Amino acid sequence: MDQTVAVVGFAQAPNRPSAGTTSGVETLVPVFRQALEAAGLDRREVGFWCSGSSDYLAGRAFSFVNAVDAIGAFPPICESHVEMDAAWAFYEAYVKILAGEAETALVYGFGKSSAGQLRRVLALQLDPYVTAPLWPDSVSIAALQARFALDAGLVTERAMAEVAARSRADAATNPYAQVSGAAEIDELLAEPYIADPLRRHDCAPVSDGAAALVLAAGDRARELRERPAWITGVAHRIDPQALGERDLTTVPSATAAAEAAGLPDDLDLIELHAPFTHQELLLRTALGLGERVRISPSGGALTGNPMFSAGLARIGAAAERVMSGEVRKAAGHATSGPALQQNLICVLEAES
Amino acid sequence: MYTALSAPLVIGFDYTRSLGPVLGRFMTGLRDRRVLGSRTADGRIHVPPLEYDPATHAPVTELVDVQPTGTVAGWTWTDRPLDGQPLDRPFGWALIRLDGADTALLHAVDAGSRDRMRTGMRVRIRWAAERTGNIRDIECFEPGVGQAPEQEIGGDPVTIMTAPIRLAYTHTTSDEESRYLRALAEGRLLGQRCPVCRKVYVPPRVCPADGVPTEEEVTVRDHGTVTTFCVVNVPFAGQRLEPPYVVAQILLDGADIPIPHLILGLPADQVRMGMRVAAVWRDRETWTYTPENIAHFRPLDEPDAPYESYEDHL
Amino acid sequence: MRRAAVLGTGQTHHRTRRTDVSMAGLCREAIDRALADAGVDWPEIDAVVLGKAPDLFEGVMMPELFLADALGASGRPLLRVHTAGSVGGATANVATTLIRAGVHRRVLAVAFEKQSESNAMWALSIQPPFTAPIGAGAGGYFAPHIRSYIRRSHAPGHIGSLVAVKDRRNGALNPYAHLRQPGITLESVQASPMLWDPIRYDETCPSSDGACAVVIGDESAAEASERPVAWIRATAMRTEPTFFAGKDHVNPRAGAEAAQALWKAAGITDPLEEVDAAEIYVPFSWFEPMWLENLGFTEAGHGWKLTESGETRIGGKLPVNPSGGVLCSNPIGASGMLRFAEAAMQVMGRAGDHQVPGARVALGHAYGGGSQFFSMWVVAAEPR
Repeated sequence: MDQTVAVVGFAQAPNRPSAGTTSGVETLVPVFRQALEAAGLDRREVGFWCSGSSDYLAGRAFSFVNAVDAIGAFPPICESHVEMDAAWAFYEAYVKILAGEAETALVYGFGKSSAGQLRRVLALQLDPYVTAPLWPDSVSIAALQARFALDAGLVTERAMAEVAARSRADAATNPYAQVSGAAEIDELLAEPYIADPLRRHDCAPVSDGAAALVLAAGDRARELRERPAWITGVAHRIDPQALGERDLTTVPSATAAAEAAGLPDDLDLIELHAPFTHQELLLRTALGLGERVRISPSGGALTGNPMFSAGLARIGAAAERVMSGEVRKAAGHATSGPALQQNLICVLEAES
Repeated sequence: MYTALSAPLVIGFDYTRSLGPVLGRFMTGLRDRRVLGSRTADGRIHVPPLEYDPATHAPVTELVDVQPTGTVAGWTWTDRPLDGQPLDRPFGWALIRLDGADTALLHAVDAGSRDRMRTGMRVRIRWAAERTGNIRDIECFEPGVGQAPEQEIGGDPVTIMTAPIRLAYTHTTSDEESRYLRALAEGRLLGQRCPVCRKVYVPPRVCPADGVPTEEEVTVRDHGTVTTFCVVNVPFAGQRLEPPYVVAQILLDGADIPIPHLILGLPADQVRMGMRVAAVWRDRETWTYTPENIAHFRPLDEPDAPYESYEDHL
Repeated sequence: MRRAAVLGTGQTHHRTRRTDVSMAGLCREAIDRALADAGVDWPEIDAVVLGKAPDLFEGVMMPELFLADALGASGRPLLRVHTAGSVGGATANVATTLIRAGVHRRVLAVAFEKQSESNAMWALSIQPPFTAPIGAGAGGYFAPHIRSYIRRSHAPGHIGSLVAVKDRRNGALNPYAHLRQPGITLESVQASPMLWDPIRYDETCPSSDGACAVVIGDESAAEASERPVAWIRATAMRTEPTFFAGKDHVNPRAGAEAAQALWKAAGITDPLEEVDAAEIYVPFSWFEPMWLENLGFTEAGHGWKLTESGETRIGGKLPVNPSGGVLCSNPIGASGMLRFAEAAMQVMGRAGDHQVPGARVALGHAYGGGSQFFSMWVVAAEPR
């Protein structure tokens, strides 16, 4: 088994409808402290810092610059930033360690999703010439994808509601979740559509939050932690964006990422980053997940979806199950862009 | 215990998008009530057009006409349209494959009610009355087929489209910054001391050098020293003052980090590094939770501070 | 550590408004030139890394998503880097890391800015609530720090103008440069309006549309190349906060520490003697002497003497910005990668009329934010 790089610590802020400052600095300070404590590492020992966030969440150019204050970046640090979910910052940090350019890394994601009207802000991810000028919101885009899946007979509204009910039930034991509790399928299906065929329970809530994850190379990981979560495979791919060019019922980039990451057949659990119920169902097929794989025991993005840290949090949640000794093989998944355009898979294993 | 202060932040700009050869012809077509698709090497026709062939990566050069009628490949329904969307009453979003095209275009369908929307329904373009060479020259689609209006050639080729973007945010401050702002409303300048490096920050914030929130409150005087400055002679977009004016870094007495502010009350060419200055507050009745309560700084009748006293703040 | 090399570079013709192309077209102009220069075809590209400064400049949230297909990234890994003005350099460094990690054989790094879609000054002047309206513009941010430099170093007032003359004349030798002014003189620069005293009009960078791309390969890809490559001897990145008590805005520690780490990793003990050409991020002319000191080419306070002596011209001891630099072309997000690419072009012997004769070792440098983000690399004609 590959024991080159491991996850040795993870922390997150509670997912809430509205919390924290626009800059995110105050939210990050305790999250850094908790992640470093979990890893047994001092912040001065971190070899590389890498973050993910978006200026459009805050409505300001260079919004990520403030977040560096939360690190306490003097003396200067080795640092980088992606304008993506922090799961891709995780990838950059992983590669940095793999290349021997750093021995440890702290990866973080943050964003105040509630600062603007999120579903409208996300319209700016669409083609700026032929699509974004119409301001199609992110929930409507997801609803179109759900329609194709329904029409193709790949999902049903009941199966979608079952995903929501299972997620909320699982989230009952997750103190960071924003939405949780028991739900009756028939009651869910009696609710009105918010974007036909999506009902409220089919859509992730708007969440403010942040997450941080600590990585370490081989021997260092063993020193820091009794049971590191070894990264045995990680890969990401992107599909073309244009909705009318894609078969929205398949997720080729997720399938390709899973293959490149070596997603194993004997996986115990996977944390999926599926902000809409039908997307979990499409991803299960795209990733070839069997019946025995436990899906998103944290409750997943449907119970808390802090933009730009939710993908990283899926990797963190999966890693925690491995580090706790609960499972041997787990995976985290992250998505970005409209209708599952970009996908990342990370496989995590306990020492054999 | 106060709650943190927050306030609206609206950003808006009319972006000017240069289109290039493919999108330019497509938008010119829309202005003239024509829909053009791009043909890729495999013979497929793409609407909206692709600029580059996904298989060969070569630039796409061939554009062909398709019909203003088409078939809904998939749809959803919006009861409460958002700002900027094509219609201000309930409507359907649909991916529409125009007759003659192999791919689908996203647009709005003015179907009147959700019950009329279905996959496979036939729709046609409703052209906007005023057309400029923009995807919004298609006002929306409507159910049915029927006669297409005549194309009309409308002048020079379109090379640029305007895309207005308006977004509204709520900007939220920290508890520490809120206390500072509330003190400003009382005419006081409040700093906080970092528990680690003992430096005093105005406004209070997480200490950027130590990564911990500042805690101990310190009242800072509204007098200070100009560490350095520049004379702004140039107008620029977003500017709120008329040039020329002096923007200086001012190290307030009792603070360890300078703040930027205006120096008025003497000719710009007489402002000096080390000059002693005092805040000029606006009328007390106008004070609110903002540093704008200080209009500017004015020179004090004091000797300049020695260079050594502020050189570590440059 | 595995070796990595630049196989080829490409850039656009930089202009105030490239209204003849879309964003995809702008990127592809640079990418297609880079692929041709590298002698590499699309199937050989394993991954794409895109760098760009704030999304508000173009009004597109994460534009790499809609550009994925045009960038040739569909079905491949695509990363989007954003580290403010240093992003072009950081993007090349991230691509280098992907090669050094052994993850890929050939990576395409591309950076662009289409400033004419909006107005960068507008985007950078958005005033959040609860702040004072002390907008001074980009030059207004840096001008006070230049004044501090002049005070600290006792540099004569004409140094900034000398840099402007040199860079604009260099730019006249570069067919891609936005500003090409062969006839510029010290007198004409000093006669230009004082915009942000002490910064004159001719001492500032233009606002440009433009893109840059580099193809970076592993050792076997480099050895398979039919043309000379630029071996990446070392990369470095450092960050410090924008503001903190005691920050040195003139000679920021993050830049100095990045340079120290860079020289050490490259095996360079005397940069002034061992580096043949330097492409340094100089958006306002006074930053040439400031960065010469920060990078360790001279002692603190002495950078202006190297500039004044003429040693930073082509033919001097350390030619700085033979391409004309940021003072001649400034597509913000791409400006850093242009520095990195131009350094590579020098050691590959493909810099055309602005070639520094015999250049074997070159520096690419970029910085961003409030002089707080630094990215650098050293490239050389030989692997070591």
